[in-house]
Amino acid sequence: MASVPVEYGLILAGILFILGLLGVLVRRNIIFILLSIEVMLNSAGLAFIAAGYRWGQPDGQIMFFFILAMAATEVAVGLALALQFYNKTRTLDTDAASRMRG
Amino acid sequence: MIMFKLLWLIPALPFAGFIILALTGSRLTRTRTAVIGAGSAGLSMVITILTGIRFIGSPPPGNAYVQVLWTWMSVGGFRPEIAFRLDALSLAMITVVTAVGFLIHLYSSEFMAGDEGYSRFFAYMNLFVGSMLTLVLADNLLLLYLGWEGVGLCSYLLIGFWYKDTYNGYAARKAFVVTRIGDTAMGIGLFLLFTVLGTLQIQELMQRALQQWGSGNVMAGAAAALLLGGALGKSAQLPLQTWLPDAMAGPTPVSALIHAATMVTAGVYLIARTHVLFSLAPLVQAAVAVIGAVTLLIAGFSALTQSDIKRVLAYSTISQIGYMFLALGVGAWSAAIFHFMTHAFFKALLFLGAGVVILGLHNEHNMFKMGGLRKQLPLTFWTFLIGAASLSALPLVTAGYYSKDLILYSAWASEAGSPLLWAAGLAGALLTALYTFRMVFLVFFGEEKTRVERKPGMQIKIPLIILAVLSIIGGFVETPASLGGLHIFTKFMYTALPPVVNLPLPATGEFILEIEAALAPPIGIFIAYLFFLYRPRYTGRLASTPSGSALHRFWFSGWGFDWIYDRIIVRPFLWFARIDKNDFLDLPYLGTIWAGKGVNRLLVHTQTGKVRWYAVGIVIGAILALSAMVFL
Amino acid sequence: MNDLFYVSAAVAILSTVMVITKLNAVHALLYLIISLLAIALVFYSLGAPFVAALEVIIYAGAIMVLFVFVIMMLNLGPGSAEQEKWMLSPGMWIGPVVLVIILMAELVYALARSALRMPGIAMVGPRQVGIALFGPYLIGVELASMLLLAGLVGAFHLGRRDKQQAIGEGR
Repeated sequence: MASVPVEYGLILAGILFILGLLGVLVRRNIIFILLSIEVMLNSAGLAFIAAGYRWGQPDGQIMFFFILAMAATEVAVGLALALQFYNKTRTLDTDAASRMRG
Repeated sequence: MIMFKLLWLIPALPFAGFIILALTGSRLTRTRTAVIGAGSAGLSMVITILTGIRFIGSPPPGNAYVQVLWTWMSVGGFRPEIAFRLDALSLAMITVVTAVGFLIHLYSSEFMAGDEGYSRFFAYMNLFVGSMLTLVLADNLLLLYLGWEGVGLCSYLLIGFWYKDTYNGYAARKAFVVTRIGDTAMGIGLFLLFTVLGTLQIQELMQRALQQWGSGNVMAGAAAALLLGGALGKSAQLPLQTWLPDAMAGPTPVSALIHAATMVTAGVYLIARTHVLFSLAPLVQAAVAVIGAVTLLIAGFSALTQSDIKRVLAYSTISQIGYMFLALGVGAWSAAIFHFMTHAFFKALLFLGAGVVILGLHNEHNMFKMGGLRKQLPLTFWTFLIGAASLSALPLVTAGYYSKDLILYSAWASEAGSPLLWAAGLAGALLTALYTFRMVFLVFFGEEKTRVERKPGMQIKIPLIILAVLSIIGGFVETPASLGGLHIFTKFMYTALPPVVNLPLPATGEFILEIEAALAPPIGIFIAYLFFLYRPRYTGRLASTPSGSALHRFWFSGWGFDWIYDRIIVRPFLWFARIDKNDFLDLPYLGTIWAGKGVNRLLVHTQTGKVRWYAVGIVIGAILALSAMVFL
Repeated sequence: MNDLFYVSAAVAILSTVMVITKLNAVHALLYLIISLLAIALVFYSLGAPFVAALEVIIYAGAIMVLFVFVIMMLNLGPGSAEQEKWMLSPGMWIGPVVLVIILMAELVYALARSALRMPGIAMVGPRQVGIALFGPYLIGVELASMLLLAGLVGAFHLGRRDKQQAIGEGR
């Protein structure tokens, strides 16, 4: 069975990461920013999986495991913050949160 | 050996007392504070006495016991240990320190009773006792230096104990800075010794010094001179004596413990401890003798003119330490330690007695406003009289006589001695008697001028009585040949210090010297009686002649040393500091501040508060980091 | 296997593009789920079936449900898409796209410099992963559990203040 070259997996991870990053930079809606961050985290996980695939070791998958736990935590806290933010400002525009500017 | 194993407890107990008092602050009741403060010193004394009995009863091999607690640090070949050494010299010192220390703690528990800084006072005192014991017991010069600086710190803290009065703060700072001059010299001396001989362990150091340096070696001279510098500062000898009279700003028990009995004699101890170095440098040793002789005379004359009772005692302390230096300078090491011991007893007694008077008269220090206190404070009078007699070295009955006689005899008869040194010592003895009994007559005799408001209680009386007894019997362990020839103390000291080398002197010569030494104090007392009790008007008339008043002012100001130092050191230094305030050296630091402010003003604009803007920053950083990785 | 990788990679990229360009949050969320499912297939093709299953269950299942709930709670009406449109002016794209292209170019260059065409080795099943996870990585698992607990407490705390506020408003 001809297997997929590792570089392709890594490049796919890179493309997804770049897309997520673009989302964070472009969108002003906090929900979209959180979604984009999920994409980025996922792509980082993909890079780990690809590396684990290269060496035939379980370590890459374990790293993805940890990323998963972190992503879950981040989403929980981030969404709670988003709700608070919406309740305070009645908008989801992150630029509205620039009031603390010195 | 079990008793010796407890050696570490002797300094550890006062330190423990300090830590407890420092941590609890003023939360404890006054009784408990006093119990902890005096109790830790008392326990330490008990252990010291038991250890001493054991040491004399069955001496350890080599007449010294070394207890290594742990290695302080290990840097290359430098391995100083926390180790205590018990031998005849350190035993004599710790016995005096703990005994006098405990008695003064007991005295303070009543003396300081009304003070708001009660627990602070006992904390400092305990810290002092612990540091002093560390200094004395230290087996290497580095640990000794730690104790040395520790007692210096406590001296500073206690002189400035009543810090709300600015003058006390100045006095404390003066004491600290002046002694620091000596300490710096001593520090350099330690560096020198370590660099050349490669160790700071005292016994090993002495052996190596003997092996590597012959007599009159320049290195030995330099090392001895630098150590002498430290000793001069700490022991308030010429030319660093100016701090001690001002140090009387502290509470009286402090003056008794630190500035009379123990700390100021640390210099004597240091020289006795490193006597090998001084033996190798005859020139420096001669300097020690000359400094001692000159100091004892200068301080004696100054004491004669003071009106503040504590300043009289302060100058007297300088003068008596001058005697010890004289003894060290002529190689009579054990005589110096003997005089240290008796001096600790009678000078502590005198200070404590003066404290009672000061307390009883509402903080009155001026002797001319006192008088006739003999009736109102009988116990204080009698004990003070005993102390004064001992200080004046009244023949046969006082401890001071035996120690001072030994020093005078050595000053004449020792190899390094000379008639000139002896004459200075004899003149000093006369002066001592004169100023001491001037003080006694002014304070306790004559007409009553004031009422005593506060009579001393038991905690004050007991130390006075015990010290008075010690001031009498403390000298009977060592008597001259014509009075039985007991040599218990010096024989004991010879296990740690070499004996004094005397020139052959016929027995009649020794007897004549003793007669002269014995006659000087009574003559001094008689003159004092004549001038200050029988015909005080003569004194007034003498002091009011032009030359008399000039001399009086000169002596009163301590021979103008403060004035000279102010003109040649303090003022030029302040002037230099003032014109140097705006030099270019500050520019780099100011430039840093300006640069920081400018960059801040620039970077403020990047803080927009927009999350995406920060994300852009992260991306640019990532691009730069990646390009560094890819292209470099 | 190879075909599976290429196809699902293409699907993942396309759906991710849709995620960041859609105006309606629910639509974007649906595209993200598709993207995650596609990546799960990529995992499978890269010899990691266990993680592929986790991706579907936890990411696409649990985490996305959280998003759905929040979007429901925010109750974004039809006006929100209009607002999004206003916020997403075309000019905003230029800068980020340039930055991102530079970054991508660097990544590809860095990858291309290393020896190309390294084949993978073999499938790594759940058994191996489990043994490694509860063997050498046990501390990591504990730490992850603590992190989750901290996240739980944090989310609860942030949410609770909201509730109190609501009660205050109710009175």
